Amino acid sequence: MTAIIETQHLTHIYGAGMPDATVALEDVSFSVEAGDFVGIIGSTGSGKSTLISHFNGLLKPTSGKILVDGEDIWADPSQIRKFRFLVGMVMQYPEYQLFEETVYKDIAFGPKNMGLSEQEIDRRVHRAAEFCGLPADYLNRSPFELSGGQKRRVAIAGVLAMEPRILVLDEPAAGLDPEGRDTILSQIRQYHKDTGTTVLLVSHSMEDIARYANRVLVMDQRRVAMYDDVEKVFARAPELLELGLSVPQVTKIFLKLREMGLDIPTDVYTTPYAVKTVLKALEAKKEAAGC
Amino acid sequence: MLRDITIGQHFPGNSVVHRMDPRMKLLVTVLYIVVLFAASNPLGLALSIGLLALLYVAAKIPLKLITKSLKPIMPVVLFTAILNLFFITGQGQPLFHWWFFKIYAEGVRYAVLMAVRVLALIAGTSLLTYTTSPIVLTDAIERVLNPLAKLHLPVHELAMMMTIALRFIPTLIEETDKIMNAQKARGAQLDSGTLKQRIQALVPVLIPLFISAFRRADELAMAMECRCYRGGEGRTRLKVLHCGARDWLCLAVCLAAFAVVLSTRWIWQGIAL
Repeated sequence: MTAIIETQHLTHIYGAGMPDATVALEDVSFSVEAGDFVGIIGSTGSGKSTLISHFNGLLKPTSGKILVDGEDIWADPSQIRKFRFLVGMVMQYPEYQLFEETVYKDIAFGPKNMGLSEQEIDRRVHRAAEFCGLPADYLNRSPFELSGGQKRRVAIAGVLAMEPRILVLDEPAAGLDPEGRDTILSQIRQYHKDTGTTVLLVSHSMEDIARYANRVLVMDQRRVAMYDDVEKVFARAPELLELGLSVPQVTKIFLKLREMGLDIPTDVYTTPYAVKTVLKALEAKKEAAGC
Repeated sequence: MLRDITIGQHFPGNSVVHRMDPRMKLLVTVLYIVVLFAASNPLGLALSIGLLALLYVAAKIPLKLITKSLKPIMPVVLFTAILNLFFITGQGQPLFHWWFFKIYAEGVRYAVLMAVRVLALIAGTSLLTYTTSPIVLTDAIERVLNPLAKLHLPVHELAMMMTIALRFIPTLIEETDKIMNAQKARGAQLDSGTLKQRIQALVPVLIPLFISAFRRADELAMAMECRCYRGGEGRTRLKVLHCGARDWLCLAVCLAAFAVVLSTRWIWQGIAL
């Protein structure tokens, strides 16, 4: 596997050289393998949004480098758009960026900017709409008459239609009801599985991260605090709690049970695995009682 | 880029200038502008800038802020100065002559005076907004204009509109930033291309911005109604403005200073002769 995104000593200072300069990122170095689903967590102000804005060149690092697909994205600033198409970015509350008369036109905005042929644009719009669960008859409606959840799907489809190799999402489920949340996130996972797109997902929900990601990046105080496989990160629950973060509820219960003296693993972070572990523990107890 | 605008910003503090009654400050600012235009001779300008500098020191506003607030209007000032430089014709020989460009001594003098006057104007009015929070300021404006309410002028409504407008400037700037980033992420080219292309590229930014402004207005109206807002009639205030002895003293000092500056009108003529 090769690294598709790599940051080298990335530092970002807002208003550098001014009296009110604030450091937003400090010496961040990590790499994402192609095909990974990375969850990014961190308390507010830890630098998550600043970090992801660097991946497609919306922000320029004060010092350090970002390599996307092995290329330094700021090697030639005039070529930055190439990387914007390579790294699709879904911002927070993306439904506020809709502007076209019809859903179709709005989804087509990205591909059109890429200079694709009419046919290719049409194919991509339909494909993206389908991925996001938008019925075909929605395409001719105005995006402004849709509900909040549907608007958000249109906005996400607008990014997917560029068919980026890397998809970055900043809290795509914020403010949605539980069902809308599950639908959007599982559609993203399905897209990840079907296309092999690398996904980076910022979220405040440990449950969502546990369910969808295979790697977790923990940001704290403008630096990377942890970056590891999901079970290894959630096994360090006390440290996470100290950073003002949390672990999935299942993990919390299991940590409590372990504290109470039960012999169970600490790397439990999803419900199905938890059920399996509990059954195993019960069986072991039964056997012990049977002896 | 958008974040650098400091005109209209407020910097809280507890200095004499900050604590002065906002109505007095408003009055002093208006008088300052009048004096700047009435006494536009080098001596008068120098004195009024000196006075302004004293007030800035008293308000404890750092020098960096002043330069920052003057920066965005520099192009306008330079432009008017250059126009003045070439278009003022005076008596005597031009200092410089090339093709149809002629520069006279009067032109140079007038261009410099004009530029300095505009800069002093901006710096002076900035001091008012730096040291007075927008809410207090509009409150003062409402009080000053209150007599006009007898003529059925909607003074309270105007003041409320101003308060709301001022309050939403930073919010809308932030919103614009966000939308621009979102559209850039979809490959929009906002800072390159021909003029026509650039104007067209603004559509994806302006439409969402308008929609969000309307949405915010709607939400704000709802929130105000929920708190039983029904216009200015019979409305009492949480903070009632008081003019104390100190405020009258400040006003007297400022008036005296302005009188001195104004007197340079005649003194300068004497010197120039």
